[in-house]
Amino acid sequence: MTDTAPYETFREYCRRGKLGHQETTDGTPVFFPRVLAPGSGDTELRWREASGHGTVYSTTTARPRGGEPYNIALVDLDEGFRMMSKVVDVEPDAVAIGMRVTMRMESLDVDGEPWPVFAPTEAAT
Amino acid sequence: MTRGSVAIVGAAESDLGEVAQGTTPADLMAQATHRALADAGLTLGDVDALFASSTQLSMATLNLGEYLGVQPRYTDSTQIGGSSFVAHLQHAQAAIETGRAEVALIAHGSTQRSQGRSAAAPQELSPYEAPYRPMLPVTAYALAAARHMHDYGTTREQLAEVAVAARAWAALNPVAWQRKPLTVDDVLDAPQVCSPLGIRDCCLVTDGGGAVVLTSAARARDLARPPVYLLGAGEAHTHRHISSMPSLTETAAVQSGAAAFAQAGLRPADVDVVELYDAFTITPVLFLEDLGFCANGEGGAFVSGGRIAPGGEFPLNTNGGGLSYCHPGMYGLLLIVEAVRQLRGDSGDRQVADCDVALVHGNGGVLSSQCTALLGAEATR
Repeated sequence: MTDTAPYETFREYCRRGKLGHQETTDGTPVFFPRVLAPGSGDTELRWREASGHGTVYSTTTARPRGGEPYNIALVDLDEGFRMMSKVVDVEPDAVAIGMRVTMRMESLDVDGEPWPVFAPTEAAT
Repeated sequence: MTRGSVAIVGAAESDLGEVAQGTTPADLMAQATHRALADAGLTLGDVDALFASSTQLSMATLNLGEYLGVQPRYTDSTQIGGSSFVAHLQHAQAAIETGRAEVALIAHGSTQRSQGRSAAAPQELSPYEAPYRPMLPVTAYALAAARHMHDYGTTREQLAEVAVAARAWAALNPVAWQRKPLTVDDVLDAPQVCSPLGIRDCCLVTDGGGAVVLTSAARARDLARPPVYLLGAGEAHTHRHISSMPSLTETAAVQSGAAAFAQAGLRPADVDVVELYDAFTITPVLFLEDLGFCANGEGGAFVSGGRIAPGGEFPLNTNGGGLSYCHPGMYGLLLIVEAVRQLRGDSGDRQVADCDVALVHGNGGVLSSQCTALLGAEATR
């Protein structure tokens, strides 16, 4: 096993403002972070910093009873992996499939620590 | 495994809807078991294999065996979500064919309505998804629906047709939870939960349970009721969390369905009645495509125009489904009960004419596990 859990390495990247992910020896991206590559079982996974550029694969506006609506999206990063996140800086319903987005770190209620969120690419520059 | 080597010989629901306060999931499993054994003309002493699953019982066959006073020689608490019980059919066939069991009981019970859904069905969140507060499971299905609409032009009206048809079938089922008429506009105007899904696109939250009894085809022919043969089955899964689903518009029903049809030697056109897990209105649309009843992207058009409602040419979810009849946390077992009734001609006002082959398809997790079974009456043996 590794000395540091994959999750903790990911969080350490987040604290440095980077979106960490893994890559197999043949260059296949892996996300969520693991101790081996799915399918091949390859344990020689290298950590990489994603560019933070991606495209919305799907999106929904969650409307909890008695709470404010918020966005939940699946984002395909340009490096070739997918993650759940949220798109910020626009109304949740304005988020669209195919929208180009850019990552930034934001403190989320869950633990007050930085987590990757995404903003429409035009608005982020 | 051999086509038709085992048969369902007893099937029953427990009490459904909202059960008496203090009722346990094991109470409902036992009540359904009593009814299913009576249906089969068997007794508890005949049962030597237990299969069970519940969101409230992580070792469900232990609870079931303890409660019934049955010490099985084969036990399987496989928990892969709402599809578990369809998987249990194939597992029971394997046990019976290899001589490890003779009479298999599959049971489910849930008190998620009377106990509250968050307590009865806690969600196991991925640490990589949890910070974004997905409302599971509905968020996952909403993401799939949104992508299906984007890729294929599927509309909210088409999804609403699934709920409207389910309600019309439920009106013919005396034990269905929701039986009042429902229109497409009612579905579209209902409060949104996770866009594009509103509250009427979502399955019920009810108590309930069920049980089915299987044995060898040879023994089945000597029992009380016409045997319902297991003609083919398949199980497959692709992910646990929605962010790991390979494609939001194609499920592992492609694999489970192909395996079931291959074993049965049947094609979609041979099926007389179809029972698909309708956790949300998008799921039957996906499964109709993935099981081969229509092409990719055509599911929305397929369910439209009253086609799947009573009187339509494609009878689907004839008990009213998880959307209007009953959804006790995991619905898969009740799919089987309804298919058995249709094949026996026991479905009363909602009986489908000339019903010899039924397809049941269970879904578990967040479109994660997919299990298909083809069941047949004597005529199809």
